[in-house]
Amino acid sequence: MRRLRIVLAEDAALLREGLVGILERAGHEVVAAVGDADALLAYVAKERPDAVVTDIRMPPTHTDEGLRAAARIRSEHPGIAIMVLSAYVAEAYVPELIDSAAGGGIGYLLKDRVGHVREFLDSLDRVASGETVIDPQVVRQLLGRRRDDGPLASLTEREREVLGLMAEGRTNGSIAEVLVVSEAAVRKHVGNIFAKLRLDSDSDRRVSAVLAYLRG
Amino acid sequence: MSGTPDAWAALRAQPWRYLGSRWPWGALAYLLTTVPVGLVTLVVLGLTLFVGAVTLVVVVGIVVLATIPVLAGLLGVVERARLRLVQRAAPSGMTLADRLRAGRRLAVSWPEVGYAFLVAVVLWPLDALLLVLAVSFPVVMLLAPWLATVGRMEVMGWQVDPGTEAWAASAVGLVLLVAAAYLVGVAAVAQAALARLLLDPREADLARAVVDLRRSRVDLVDAFETERRRIERDLHDGVQQQLVALTMTLGHAELDVPEGPGLTLVRRAHRQAEQALDDLRGTVRGIHPRVLADHGLAAAVHEIADRSTVPVDVDIRLEERLPVPVEAAAYFVVSEALTNVARHAHARRTEVHAWRQADRVVLTVVDDGVGGAHLDGAGSGLRGLAIRLDALGGELRVSSPSGGPTEVRMECPCAG
Repeated sequence: MRRLRIVLAEDAALLREGLVGILERAGHEVVAAVGDADALLAYVAKERPDAVVTDIRMPPTHTDEGLRAAARIRSEHPGIAIMVLSAYVAEAYVPELIDSAAGGGIGYLLKDRVGHVREFLDSLDRVASGETVIDPQVVRQLLGRRRDDGPLASLTEREREVLGLMAEGRTNGSIAEVLVVSEAAVRKHVGNIFAKLRLDSDSDRRVSAVLAYLRG
Repeated sequence: MSGTPDAWAALRAQPWRYLGSRWPWGALAYLLTTVPVGLVTLVVLGLTLFVGAVTLVVVVGIVVLATIPVLAGLLGVVERARLRLVQRAAPSGMTLADRLRAGRRLAVSWPEVGYAFLVAVVLWPLDALLLVLAVSFPVVMLLAPWLATVGRMEVMGWQVDPGTEAWAASAVGLVLLVAAAYLVGVAAVAQAALARLLLDPREADLARAVVDLRRSRVDLVDAFETERRRIERDLHDGVQQQLVALTMTLGHAELDVPEGPGLTLVRRAHRQAEQALDDLRGTVRGIHPRVLADHGLAAAVHEIADRSTVPVDVDIRLEERLPVPVEAAAYFVVSEALTNVARHAHARRTEVHAWRQADRVVLTVVDDGVGGAHLDGAGSGLRGLAIRLDALGGELRVSSPSGGPTEVRMECPCAG
């Protein structure tokens, strides 16, 4: 695990302390822990951290301050990894987050996930190393509203399932475990998905497939 | 026969159809009958007053004068009955029998006495004058072609000759007759309103009370919703945060506690805390979900659709946020309908649609299940929602023939 310099923004003091404890326990350095988006932006500019962990709802309007701050950080300091935490699934945020994904990693997790400390820290690491991590529940909700006219219409039910699991950031091995099939079978499905979505073999096809999936 | 409840509604709603309805005739009859009723009242009241005044010196006069309120009451009975000529439903006054049975215990109604004098002195002469002008004049003009041949005809200095001139006069008469129909209608409606006001002050009070009740019901729903949001906020910012913090602490502890019975206990505590959090979230969802407050109907409906065991297609086309009580009602309609679908419908899929139609919002939840659902179904929360919508001026309908499909449809005004 890489030791990260982190700026944390969370308006509830109780959760802020909890998060600081968890991050420091993992060996990361929390250079600032603040309670609103303005302070977050100020510390990011001053400290140039490796990663930002921010709540979406914060004062003053308690709507999407954290998200707007994240978008600004992304455009001003594209190298900083961003992990946003949300109290509930709000799909409206997902496309915005994905579209801002050029640069460092992006993560979108439900706050409950933080309680599973190991998984949370693991997700943070992956985001810090440039990956996109979307909460499984968010992914499932997006899966539920797939329309029949998108580029994904040609996928079979099983292929969609595999793609959904890919979107959760799982490896072929882990997908095979979940679906109780062989890894070879999963590789075959993944190949079919790439072919059906006509993904360019030069790009990171796995990421592209997931992005196509999340955009619907 | 017109479908309108009274002459005034007919005049106001469809002035052109008023002519063909029963109301012009009713209005005419109302004004016509005022004349004899007024005359009789005048004579009876005049005699009573006269006899009363004369015999006042021998005290008997007091008794005689005391009959005036009773006489006014009798007139009230007649007048209420006569109101039927200009409105479909008779006002709910006392009947003659009630009045006689109540006898002297009845409190004197001074507005009633006042009305009696008004009828006796003012109304009937006015009505008589109006009828003469509004009816006889156009009728004479209308009959000009015939009258002019019978004798010499002169209208306001105009010597009407038989032939073209007489026919022109007849045409003018026709136009005047139409105008008279409206004039008579308006006069009758005005007089009836006066009668209602004085004879049934309670009715005016009731009408005001209904308006007040309606407003207070809307206020109640509003207050109810505000209170729910406050409770939700308290839970979300209080207990829920603490439980999330607790799960974090326990998760943190899992990393530090060495393998053994202690760790098993910490893990169990962690699971229990998560269970509590889940339960709390379910409760909050039933009160006023945060995602609804923050992001509106579409986001909140997507969230319940995601949890539904039956696949749900959501198509919500609302550009602006709805007023808070309407939004909450719409959310709970979807929530309740989807719960029912999952429980009873055996449906393969469900569709949720919402759109704006003029200044109303329409929302439908349709499933392809077995049907047979109704608003008052066992354990159905739809009945309560129907009441809530009623207070907001909206409505909730369930169409669910046996064999399906089931449609729950909500409509509600959403201006402002």
